[in-house]
Parts: sequence; structure tokens; C-alpha cells
Amino acid sequence: MSIFSRIVERLFSLAAAGSALLTIAVFLLLLYLALPLFEQGGFWALIRSPWDPGAGLYGIYPMLIGSLSIAFLALLIGFPLSLGGAFFITCFAPLFLRRHLLNLVRLLTGVPTVVYSFAALFLLVPFLREHLTGGSGLNILGAALMLAVLIAPTMIIFFVDALRRVPSGYLQAVTALGGSPGQGLVYIALPLAWPGILNGLLLGLGRAMGDTMISLMIAGNAVALPGSMMDSARTLTAHIALVIAADVSSLEFQSIFACGILLYLFTALLVLMVRLLGKFPKRSPG
Amino acid sequence: MIRQFAKSNFLTACLLAASFLFSFQALAGDLDLFRGYKGAISISGGTAHIPVMKEAAKRAMTANPDIQITIAGGGTGVGIKQVGEKMVQIGNAGRKPTEAEIKQHGLVLFQWAIDGVGVVVHPQNQVQALTFSQLQDIYAGKTVNWKELGGVDRAINLYTRDQASGTREVFAGKALNKGAVSPRANVVVSNGAMKTAVANDPYGIGYVSVGHIDSSVAPVALDGVKPTEDNVRAGKYKVARGLYSLTAGEPRGLVKAFLDYLFSPSGQQIVIDKGFIPVR
Repeated sequence: MSIFSRIVERLFSLAAAGSALLTIAVFLLLLYLALPLFEQGGFWALIRSPWDPGAGLYGIYPMLIGSLSIAFLALLIGFPLSLGGAFFITCFAPLFLRRHLLNLVRLLTGVPTVVYSFAALFLLVPFLREHLTGGSGLNILGAALMLAVLIAPTMIIFFVDALRRVPSGYLQAVTALGGSPGQGLVYIALPLAWPGILNGLLLGLGRAMGDTMISLMIAGNAVALPGSMMDSARTLTAHIALVIAADVSSLEFQSIFACGILLYLFTALLVLMVRLLGKFPKRSPG
Repeated sequence: MIRQFAKSNFLTACLLAASFLFSFQALAGDLDLFRGYKGAISISGGTAHIPVMKEAAKRAMTANPDIQITIAGGGTGVGIKQVGEKMVQIGNAGRKPTEAEIKQHGLVLFQWAIDGVGVVVHPQNQVQALTFSQLQDIYAGKTVNWKELGGVDRAINLYTRDQASGTREVFAGKALNKGAVSPRANVVVSNGAMKTAVANDPYGIGYVSVGHIDSSVAPVALDGVKPTEDNVRAGKYKVARGLYSLTAGEPRGLVKAFLDYLFSPSGQQIVIDKGFIPVR
């Protein structure tokens, strides 16, 4: 090995170690800053109580519920859409279209979320207000719809990737037996590609949970516990953005670290699940 | 969230500056404050201040291309915090900082305008006059339908501002008399966002800096007094506050020049042009 490639290798491993350390350092910093909360046993109380600074309550329970309901609703809307999109791109679209469609989807992953939010504010929100949900139109449903649009391209790319890895011989065998392409997809490709699809699903959920701009602009940010998807709600991420300007030593400010830890743990859990899924043995077609 | 970065092509800027120097030298008297300075100022905080800040910065940078001024929003809380921690040179506040804040960061206050906080609704809303107690009931979530106030049979959509907002503190203190704001109220992050939200929602009610009120929203009279510039100036409209710029310690050099410019006749004219009440 030449000196040059040795240096390059060293540089790369340093970069990898650096980013890994950074991730751990962020978590340790969050823990350190939230330490006063843990010591007073306030962390669990914060997670379970409502937000009412006037009454001395700085709980983030409504935001936790807001985040979870928006993210899971987005996944519920986005998953069938993305699966359908991936089926179309891998199987049903005319051959010359497939590559262009996939490129288009790749392009969509790069659209800044603020652009989606801005468009939704002038198109989706008035529609929801007048025809569907009433109220101000700023609610969980609107944010979830936009988040579904946001995470769909990511999921489609993962799904397409997973479906394409299914050996083409299996699908040819289906055709040889007189099966339709649809049957091959549902009975052969889907079960084989399932780990990859689950992977995309979890990453989509992570992205929906971590997004700030869409929920900040579309969900309404009310601090009340949402009762239905027609209600205005605030997510953990939007809460951080809205409270960060409070006095550093105040309890309001400390609640931000509780939000941060929750988000961190949630993302870590998702990544862990993705890793574990990768270890599963590939099921052979039975 | 509103960020304005001004970068100009050096050559064009020079030519522009040169042409200004030759043709408008007589008019540019107050801009002489910036002569000979070089460098950058960053400003953040109150969102009511932004129109005036942007115009003043634009003029300063046109007069002297060696100066770069960036303006960010964030709200009063952000302004006080960032100037205190020396992340920016000037922090804007839409309320008077508390004694504790002044002492903690060694803040120096410059109040260069007076502003009202006006209640606004959608221009099509028939309800354009309220009493203070009606307003308090609306914001407390006790009055929930426009019908109860003589409007259409639709739920009232409340809009309020985030914790960092000086506009919110002034509104809650002087218009709501420290009354509660319903937790169901939607929260927006700047005066501009508030105006957009109410302009787009026929059943919404919100509050903005009087300088930000234009034809896209309708001002609501409180106890018979409309939130207009004239009423604020005459002292008839009581929900008013000063607009402050803050520095950590006495300002020097370019920062001082910029603040002096705000108090100069041309600076105060910008204040008037943008719909605020000048202090000089």
C-alpha cells in the first residue's frame, strides 16, 4: 500500500470516528443539560403533564402526543401511496418511463420542506378549512398529509430498491406458470422484499418524526392536548423551535432538553430496529 | 426565520456608490455617518422592527458598499438573548427589557419608535369593533363563535404568538389585562406570519404591530378606538409600546453609526414611512 492510500484511509477512519463521537457527544450533552430534571424526578412528570406556564406547568405530554399522531398518520397515508408508486415504477409503468419516474422521485427528495409548507399554507389549509375539517384548517390532518408527501419519495426509493433485488428468475417462473405480473408481485416479490420495505418504512417514520418546518407551519402549534385529527397540535420539534428563545435558566427552557432526549431516543430506537432487521436471514420462497 | 443576506457585486456597488456620491451628495447628509466604516453588523430579534431595519440597512449598504448588515427575526426573546451572549451586535426588542435582563447582560437601550399592537381580523369579517372584555372572553376561549358577536355562524380561530414575542407580552399585558390565552390558540412565529395567517383565514383573529397593518387585514376597534398610527400617537389607543434596539455595553464604531442613523431625520422618516411613530 502506498503512503498516499494509507493517509487517505487514516483520514476516512478519522472522519468516521469523528462523526460517531459527535453523535454520542450530543446525547451526553443533552443528558447533562437535562440532569437537573432527572435529579428532581421531574423528567417523568414533564412527560406526563400538560403545558401551562401561567400555572407553573411545563409538561410536554401534548407535544409528545402531537408528534406521534402526526408522524403515524403521515405514515398511514404515505405508506400505501409509496408502495403503489414503487409497484408502478418496478412493474407496471412502460419501460421507457421507469427510469424517468425514478429520477423524478429522487428529485422530490431534495425539495426543501419549507417549500411544501408554504404551498400547503395557501392551497391545502384553505381547502381543509372550508370543505373538510372546519376550524382554522391548521391541524394534525393537514400536517400529516404534507408529511406523507414529504416522506413518500424516501420510502419509494427504498421500496424500489428492495423490489429490484428480487431475483428476476423467480418472477420469470411465475410468468412461465401462467401467473400475471400482479400475482408475481404480491406472492413472490413482496414477501421477499419485505425486510427492505420495512427498512424504508422505519426511515420514513424517523423523517416524519424529526421534521420541524411542516408541523411548525401547518399543524397550528396549539398547546392543548389534541382530541382528534381536526385539532390544532404542536410537535416536539416545533415546541423546541418555539420555546428556544425563553430565558436559559427557566423551566420552560429545560423542557426543551426533555423534548430533545425523547426525539433522540425515538430516532435511536428506529435505527436500532433497522439494524436488527438487516440481520434477519432472507426468507426463501416457500 | 426571516433572514436577509445582502451581497452585492463589488464593482456594481462601487459604480452605484460613485454615482450616488456625485448626484445626491446634498441629500445623503445623514448617510455620511457611515463614511469611512468597514465591516459587518448582524441584527436579530423583534419582528416588528424588520421593515425599518431592512430599509435603513439597504440605504447604509448602498451609501457605503464596505458595510454589510444582516437582519434576522426570531422575536424579542431571541434578540435579548443573542445580543446578551454577543452573538449579534444589535438585538431588537418589542418591549422594554426587564431590570434583570438589563443587569445580567449590561444592556444599553435605544428606543427609536413607538408602536401599537392592534387586533386584526379578515377584511370580510363583519365584526370590526369589540370591547376589551369581549376580546378577553374571545382569547380565554369563553366566546367561541362569531355569531355571539354579530358575525357569521363559524367558530372563532384564535392566533397568538410564541413565548419569545414582545408583541405577545404587550398584548397580553395591556389588551388582555394579563388574562389567559386559550391553549387551543394557534401559534405563529412573527408579525409577518400573523398577518399572513389572519389574511388567509376568514374566521381568524390575531394581533400585530400597528406598523404591519395593511389592506390584507382589518383592524378591530377596541372600546371604540381603532388601532391606527394617529390614535397611537395621540395616546388614545392604549395598547402601545416602544420599539427598542439593544447593545451589550455602549455601542462603538459602525454599530453606533447605525443607531445614530435611526435617530437622524432620515432614519426617523423611515420610521414614519413604515407606519410607526417617530420619537424625535
